[in-house]
Amino acid sequence: MSKFRKGGAKEVPAVNTASLPDIVFMLLFFFMVATVLRKNDVKVAQILPAADQTEKLQKDRSVYIFGGKPGEGYKQFGTEGKIQIGDKFVNINEVQPAILEEREKLRDELKDRVMVAFKVDKETNSGLVYDVKQELRQANMLKVIYITTQTEDAVTQ
Amino acid sequence: MARRNAPEINAGSMADIAFLLLIFFLVTTTIEKDRGLVRALPPEQPENVEPPIIKEKNLFVVIVNKNDELLVEDKPMEMKDLQEAAIAFLDNGGVPKGQEGYCDYCQGERDPSSSDFPDKAIVTVKNDRETSYETYITVQNELVGAYNFLRDRESQRLYGWKFTEVKKAIDEGVYKGNEESTKEKLDVIKKMYPQKLSEIDPQS
Repeated sequence: MSKFRKGGAKEVPAVNTASLPDIVFMLLFFFMVATVLRKNDVKVAQILPAADQTEKLQKDRSVYIFGGKPGEGYKQFGTEGKIQIGDKFVNINEVQPAILEEREKLRDELKDRVMVAFKVDKETNSGLVYDVKQELRQANMLKVIYITTQTEDAVTQ
Repeated sequence: MARRNAPEINAGSMADIAFLLLIFFLVTTTIEKDRGLVRALPPEQPENVEPPIIKEKNLFVVIVNKNDELLVEDKPMEMKDLQEAAIAFLDNGGVPKGQEGYCDYCQGERDPSSSDFPDKAIVTVKNDRETSYETYITVQNELVGAYNFLRDRESQRLYGWKFTEVKKAIDEGVYKGNEESTKEKLDVIKKMYPQKLSEIDPQS
């Protein structure tokens, strides 16, 4: 035993921190993967049209309606344009109850100033959007915003 | 055993931890980036109400067919010319000088066969049900662009700033200066060129 205790009271060697960055990166990757950024799982194709005269969306008073062909992994719903409110597909006659249900999630004082945000794939027929708008008129939710991507000049094609 | 000095904690990895936090918040913070075209839908009409009679010359009809082609005032048109045509129509001010309804700020052609006054000029879009949403949005965008162009021009002339820029600053809460009085000025401009954009039921 005495062979190893020559110097008497020796300092404890410093903890090796060389692997700390690895641990830190591991944590980082874990959170990057685990954090859910989107509240709604969008089940339809979402390539938005472009526009240059846009205004900002006020997220606290908005209700989203998604539209488009069923996306990857939802092909069993066909290839026709579909409407998604919240996290489920709805038929046109179910739009009103679904949108009112979504509106209940907003803060009370903002419920009267609700704005309906259309996130619709650019290859959808505009007739589908028209039908939804008719339903919104009946539900008396008249402010709508068509979410687009921002470009400098929309007419280049 | 004798009490030892606690070894100094290595702070070299503090930077890594800080970066970790930084990156974590960078990733989780969703930046408000959704932007779009704001529209107001017309309220539901009671069935027995007669629609108001509008003169043909005060209507600017844009028809889009299912192949995404435009027919503007009975003439085929390219998308790039639409904004210019809409500006010419809105800014026409067809009532001659001295008569009631003369538009003293319009700079258009003053063609008596086109719109009388910006307030009376109505742009109306008729889509086919199979028109693509992209074309629909582009048409709406060009028409809103026509209004914004005219509003910018008038606010530049009257107040020396651009309508769209100031409105954007107010909406985002970064406007410096008196917000109330500026909002009144915005309303004045809006009244000069009120956005009268309508839609006709699409044909199937």
